[in-house]
Amino acid sequence: MTPDASAPSNDAGDTKSGRRGFMTFAAAGVAGILIAPGVRLVEIAQAAPVPGKASPGASSKVRWGMLIDSTQCASGCTDCVTACNTENGLSGGTKSTDSQWIRKIEIKELRTGNTQSLPMLCQHCAEPPCVDVCPTGASFKRADGIVLVDKHICIGCRYCMMACPYKARSFVHSPQTDQKPDVPRGMGTVEGCTMCVHKVDKGEMPACVTACASAGHEAILFGDLNNPESEISKRIATYPSRQIREDLNLDTGVRYLGI
Amino acid sequence: MKIELRPLHGSSSGFYLLLGGLALVALLGLTAVWYMEHNGHIVTGMNNQIVWGLPHVFAVFLVVAASGALNVASMASVFGKTDFKPLAPLSGLLAIALLLGGLTVLMLDLGRPDRLIVAMTHYNFKSIFALNIFLYSGFMGFVIVYLWTMMERRMNRFTPVAGFFAFIWRMALTTGTGSIFGFLVARQAYDSALLAPLFVALSFSYGLAVFLLVLMGVYQGSERPVGDALIAKFARLQVIFIAAGLYFVTVYYLTNLYFTKHHAFDRFILLDGGIYTLLFWVGSVFLGGVLPLVLLLHPRIGQLRRRVMACAALVVVGGFAQMYVTIIGGQAFPLVMFPGRQVSSSFSDGVINPYSPSLPEWLLGFGGVAIAGIIVMVVLKVMGFLPDRLDDEAMQQHAALLAVDNA
Amino acid sequence: MAPRFGVLVLLLGLLIGGKVYPGDTAPSRVPQPVVESARGGQCVGDPAFMRRNHMKLLKHQRDDTLRGGIRTGAYSLKACIDCHASKTTNSVVASDTNFCQSCHNYTAVKIDCFECHSNKPQVKP
Repeated sequence: MTPDASAPSNDAGDTKSGRRGFMTFAAAGVAGILIAPGVRLVEIAQAAPVPGKASPGASSKVRWGMLIDSTQCASGCTDCVTACNTENGLSGGTKSTDSQWIRKIEIKELRTGNTQSLPMLCQHCAEPPCVDVCPTGASFKRADGIVLVDKHICIGCRYCMMACPYKARSFVHSPQTDQKPDVPRGMGTVEGCTMCVHKVDKGEMPACVTACASAGHEAILFGDLNNPESEISKRIATYPSRQIREDLNLDTGVRYLGI
Repeated sequence: MKIELRPLHGSSSGFYLLLGGLALVALLGLTAVWYMEHNGHIVTGMNNQIVWGLPHVFAVFLVVAASGALNVASMASVFGKTDFKPLAPLSGLLAIALLLGGLTVLMLDLGRPDRLIVAMTHYNFKSIFALNIFLYSGFMGFVIVYLWTMMERRMNRFTPVAGFFAFIWRMALTTGTGSIFGFLVARQAYDSALLAPLFVALSFSYGLAVFLLVLMGVYQGSERPVGDALIAKFARLQVIFIAAGLYFVTVYYLTNLYFTKHHAFDRFILLDGGIYTLLFWVGSVFLGGVLPLVLLLHPRIGQLRRRVMACAALVVVGGFAQMYVTIIGGQAFPLVMFPGRQVSSSFSDGVINPYSPSLPEWLLGFGGVAIAGIIVMVVLKVMGFLPDRLDDEAMQQHAALLAVDNA
Repeated sequence: MAPRFGVLVLLLGLLIGGKVYPGDTAPSRVPQPVVESARGGQCVGDPAFMRRNHMKLLKHQRDDTLRGGIRTGAYSLKACIDCHASKTTNSVVASDTNFCQSCHNYTAVKIDCFECHSNKPQVKP
């Protein structure tokens, strides 16, 4: 990202350079003003990744989100979970020490007997509690809204796991071998749903979304929440979607229909 | 008959036996750490539902007791209770030793303890954990300076200032420790501003109890006299501190009983939580609160000295129980994402999470306690931290001397 | 007394150091690194540059990729591994003669990368 060249520099008081200094400053200012709009146009064009091309960088112009229609979610269906496990090299086991990045939750209202099913994953909040509590800053929110763990500086304190209202994170309890090259995973660090950032950056969609769509359930929609023309934005504007634990005011990137 | 600070004399076999025992426990702790680091946390009882286990119970207790152990010195330097002045160095030493023991356990339980330097060079200042790193190291710095002003005759006039800053920092530290939990909005057990003052109150109680145990133990072991008057003063203080702790615990649960949304959690801890209910009522409330209060207040039960020591030990036991209920009980209760609905999943949603501590966790926890003990023993042996006599006569003369100095 | 003693220790140290330091005479006890030839053509930098600077490249590129999402550019750990993985073990650290492992054994610097990162090349579908 080029710095904004049109911002005035604090050049006051240097009387020795005098005229030369003023001319340089003025030239720079004019050049900056001329170039700036072009830079901004290029930024916007580069913001959303192009399918097949490597990403030039995450940008806050885009905010990735998901809309999950729980009315389309069948109880007992775990297509999204299986896809996530395969894509990210997770074991798929359900012991208490196994990592689960996405899980299906079965909900029953006791009074009425009404049942419901939906996938629970990292909600990629705009105000993530996990980011607030991480002592080293390893848990961070990328410019495009995806919340990730920087495992280079994660010390494995598990405070983010204590703080997450959705129990989205897992701790790696044993040595890992045969990781997927796109998905580094290591013992002693914390991990969670990355919204398949390695795919998103190539212009593809997360594995769970693709799997749900190709199985015909169409329960998970992925897209840019900042783009009013995207399918997800249009649907959120039309139907009343909710967030889980909405009262916490975390502005999650993952919204739900039917809860 | 002036009270002087002297190192421990003689080469009693008891001293070296104890030191050797502590060293063995510390060594076992380090072995456990090596085992955990090599094989991963899968060898412990911790998992994705109970992420902080027994080592954290030990570590938080030690840290809370550390800040409270400084209280005796603070009372002497900051609050004008000059009777406790001879004991101020021991108080400062104990504070540092307990803190180091607690931090050792905490840091060695990390998933990547080899990344300690990363933790010390990358900071997210919104995180209370990151702030705590500064609070802990700052505390040690302040207390060391404070100790120095006490031990170096020329610096004695700065002791009140150093003591004041150490006291303020100590309050910040305990507030920070309580806020580790208090800042967690996600969990039913923790989403409360009351946790910081609760921890402050508990620190006074646990710190004094540990101080008393060490004091009585060392004086009995080195056959130095301790007067009844001093013990009686400490006993009165312990009563106040236990009561303060009980007050905050009561307010916490009573308030929760008023919130319908917290009823399930309160019911879990207070009624049908199994081990947590048992530890809370029997451990924290009865053994750690009611029983020591009765023992200390009742005029006729037992000899004063033994009574006070027993109460201090009970407070410590109750303290561990309270920390277990707070830390582990808080995690055992599931997150409430869909209030009023029954929830189930492959990731233990909606169920009480079981936990049983493993041997490596016990060894690590006790290893931290041993390290604190070793530090105290070695420093007392090598340097003059301990008053040579604390009997009633010496204390009265000491008070008289101080009155003359101040006149 | 003390300064003379210090000089003696210094001389002794130099003597011992001179013996251990790999010169042109005494054979070293540490096996020299075996640089297995890579699969691909040209590395992104020449060997001398990479030997000195690969750690800096890795350290800064990782933040650009992870935090910035920048996956363009010359440096990619996956690409390094694709090229440098051993033809026999299909890894860069599996055996002591593999690319990363052999030099790191020689310099006694523990490699942390492969705790998390895959040490095998990507299997292209």
